[in-house]
Amino acid sequence: MATPKPDVLYRNISHHPPELDWMDVPLEIKPGRYCYSADAASLEAVGMPNARSWNPTDEDWKLPANWKETFLEGMKDRLQRFRSFKVFMDICVRCGACADKCHFFIGSGDPKNMPVLRAELLRSVYRGEMTKAGQILGRMAGGRELNEKVLKEIWYYYYQCTECRRCSVYCPYGIDQAEITIIGRELLNLLGLQTEWIGKPVANCNRLGNHLGLPPHTFKDNIDFLCDDIEEATGIKPEPTFNKKGADILFITPSGDVFAEPGIFTCMGYLILFHYLQEEYGMDITWSTYASEGGNFGFFTSHEMMKKLNAKMYHEAERLGVKWILGGECGHMWRVLHQYMDTMNGPPEFLEVPVSPITGTRFDHAASTKMIHIVEFVADLIKHKKLPLDKSRNDHLKVTFHDSCNPSRGMGFLEEPRYVINNVCNHFYEMPEGTIKEQTFCCGAGSGLNPGENEELRMMGGLPRANAVKFVRDRKGVNTLANVCAIDRATLSASMEYWVPDVGVCGVHELLANALILPGEDRQTDLRGEPLPGKEDE
Amino acid sequence: MKAIYSLILVVALILIAMIGAGAMGMGALFGVIIPYVAVLVFIVGFVVRVVQWGKTPVPFRIPTTCGQARKSLPMFKDKWNRLDNPGTKLGVVGRMFFEVFLFRSLFRNTKVELHQGPHIAYSSSKWLWIFALIFHYTFLVIFLRHMRFFTEPVPEIFVTMDHMDSMFQILSPALYLSSVLILVALGYLLLRRLLVPTVRYISQPADYFPLFLIIGIVISGMLMRYIGAFKTDLMPVKELAMGLVQFSPTVPEGIGTTFFVHLFLVSVLLIYFPFSKLMHLGGVFLSPTRNLPNDSREKHHENPWNYPVKFHSYQSYEDENRAVMVESGLPVEKPLEEKAEEASGDETPDENAEKKE
Repeated sequence: MATPKPDVLYRNISHHPPELDWMDVPLEIKPGRYCYSADAASLEAVGMPNARSWNPTDEDWKLPANWKETFLEGMKDRLQRFRSFKVFMDICVRCGACADKCHFFIGSGDPKNMPVLRAELLRSVYRGEMTKAGQILGRMAGGRELNEKVLKEIWYYYYQCTECRRCSVYCPYGIDQAEITIIGRELLNLLGLQTEWIGKPVANCNRLGNHLGLPPHTFKDNIDFLCDDIEEATGIKPEPTFNKKGADILFITPSGDVFAEPGIFTCMGYLILFHYLQEEYGMDITWSTYASEGGNFGFFTSHEMMKKLNAKMYHEAERLGVKWILGGECGHMWRVLHQYMDTMNGPPEFLEVPVSPITGTRFDHAASTKMIHIVEFVADLIKHKKLPLDKSRNDHLKVTFHDSCNPSRGMGFLEEPRYVINNVCNHFYEMPEGTIKEQTFCCGAGSGLNPGENEELRMMGGLPRANAVKFVRDRKGVNTLANVCAIDRATLSASMEYWVPDVGVCGVHELLANALILPGEDRQTDLRGEPLPGKEDE
Repeated sequence: MKAIYSLILVVALILIAMIGAGAMGMGALFGVIIPYVAVLVFIVGFVVRVVQWGKTPVPFRIPTTCGQARKSLPMFKDKWNRLDNPGTKLGVVGRMFFEVFLFRSLFRNTKVELHQGPHIAYSSSKWLWIFALIFHYTFLVIFLRHMRFFTEPVPEIFVTMDHMDSMFQILSPALYLSSVLILVALGYLLLRRLLVPTVRYISQPADYFPLFLIIGIVISGMLMRYIGAFKTDLMPVKELAMGLVQFSPTVPEGIGTTFFVHLFLVSVLLIYFPFSKLMHLGGVFLSPTRNLPNDSREKHHENPWNYPVKFHSYQSYEDENRAVMVESGLPVEKPLEEKAEEASGDETPDENAEKKE
């Protein structure tokens, strides 16, 4: 089904729910809003249960005979293991403060995309099946029985949530729909109800180290190609090392950045930076083909799968004997690294507290995980004037910054990227209050919702962000949307193309690399081959 | 419909008390037994719920960070948002204080509007915050003000509170400011549920019922104080209240039916409380997105049920890919010759290839 034109899509948004009680509204699984189901092979590859071929639009989902028991037992188990889940099931007062905070509700008007109602889809099952009041009073107590329609509805709407946590910022009790979605998807995965766009990357990442399934030589080749491109743009060819034992630092970034535009320009940015630091200061950093994925689609699958995929980072760091780990620009990757990794797979006693070999700064705030964000690493370099920067090389760009959900609401990583951008660009403009920092809008396709088939949903979810970008484009002439997330780079490119066509998308390190002066360079163009300001005629 | 069901239920409760305590004269049941049971259910129920939550582990440190982190580079120190992104336990106390006493998160509330466009606008929307705050604080004041029934001599603080609450000296006896404000706030909360389409859509009987119940409590209380036909002699009421707290209950003569309605509705509220959403009173303190410091990279946080998970080890990875790795110049742990056969990329079952952590 073709996605409607932007003005048509926008005109059809209504924030007035129907009269019919939400429990009585029939479920319609709309093309353009759901992701295809996972292939059996993707699930089998990582030993996940109930792998089979099924289709969300079919009446029969080929559920296992004991599906209801499995789901409810799984729910009970998690109610005992996660205080978050238990408390969030119990204390919502349905005040509705979260209702219009979700980008999917704002952009689709579908009332079940109000975070409170998305949670109620599961909460009603909790009440109906697990509380006395719900068992006796049923709907009067807001309870309902778990049946196939209810299960399908949970599936449909829990894959219309990007786990962005914006709702939890406004909730007076901090109820976090991301947490409920994470556990809801974990329950769905007990029944084999995974989506392929998550299932396949998980299987790939498990086996080959990255979501794209790039085997070791291809991963290396891709980066080598980027080095060739860098040589073309700058006259300098970086020579990164791979799987190098005894390197000081292991670098891990989302594999998406070594593969597709515009992420590759960010990746070229890393390569240029590392080359400079290697040449000037002898910094010894290596890439791994085995732990070649920063992202973690296991996070969108189950806590166990997240841990399984994440374990490779420390495993590889230990094997290579590095001192600490540096992580690239990514959103959910950093939520996992910041809030989960150390608890799941740490603390890594074999690593050292990260110290910048160039400035000597000790990153005590990563004293336990031993992993720091490349943007904080670079901010420190800039602060200590270790990078020669020519800001004017980004003068053709009027830049605004999109805070990714996870670094902002899962870390409080707000000033670091702004500091770097302000030091490499002359023209930086903030989007309006209420759409940035902790109140930032999701790109519209995080948490594994970025396949091709759910385009309509992604454009709906991308609308609030695009709307804020349009605001600064119209007033300030902004033409570049910077961000620190590989998923952003992919999804925002599509949603900008749709809603605000003249705005490009880039990573912060692409801007940095444009500005970074390399000894012996010969630069006429930026990394995308566009002439640099002042070099248009040459 | 959901609102009407809830209203009918509250009306039925009122009738029960009127018939039971009034017409049938079961003063002991409505004046002593039910209140005792209610308080017991409330206390036991509340404690059980909170203990239940408290015993449930917090496997991961998942605060929702709503501002710049403390644990960052020194140059961002002055940008640190201590209250919305605390880095220490002390900071968490501050965050929780603002959350519990001032409804910090609700204060952020915004309203979205779709304009001719595409153009979406957001505006600050503080009404819910203001009325929620008024409701909760007037409820607290009213609760404390009632302590004069349960104490003898009445401590100065409750007397002062009473004077302040009735300082405008309108009507006789003087109208309590808190009674007026709580009715206004309850009215707002109710009308909002009935009139805002999205809020009406998400509302359950469990949302309307406590509203009607509390409205019933407030109105029955006010009737007793201000309206001739419902006025109740305070002396026997105080006698009953003192008897209850001294565990020597008596039901004095001359207590009006309205009082029993009032007391019965309060009893129902107490009994209903631990089983309902009203438990947000306890739950707000236990929300892991609010009550944890953002220090998870700095300090190890233990998950009590953390269990080993098998993952695909480097060894297995190299075994499966050695040939291509050697060919493309990637370093390997074992030279190609030794493992020539396995290196051809055979499909080792995942289970065997994985390393036990």
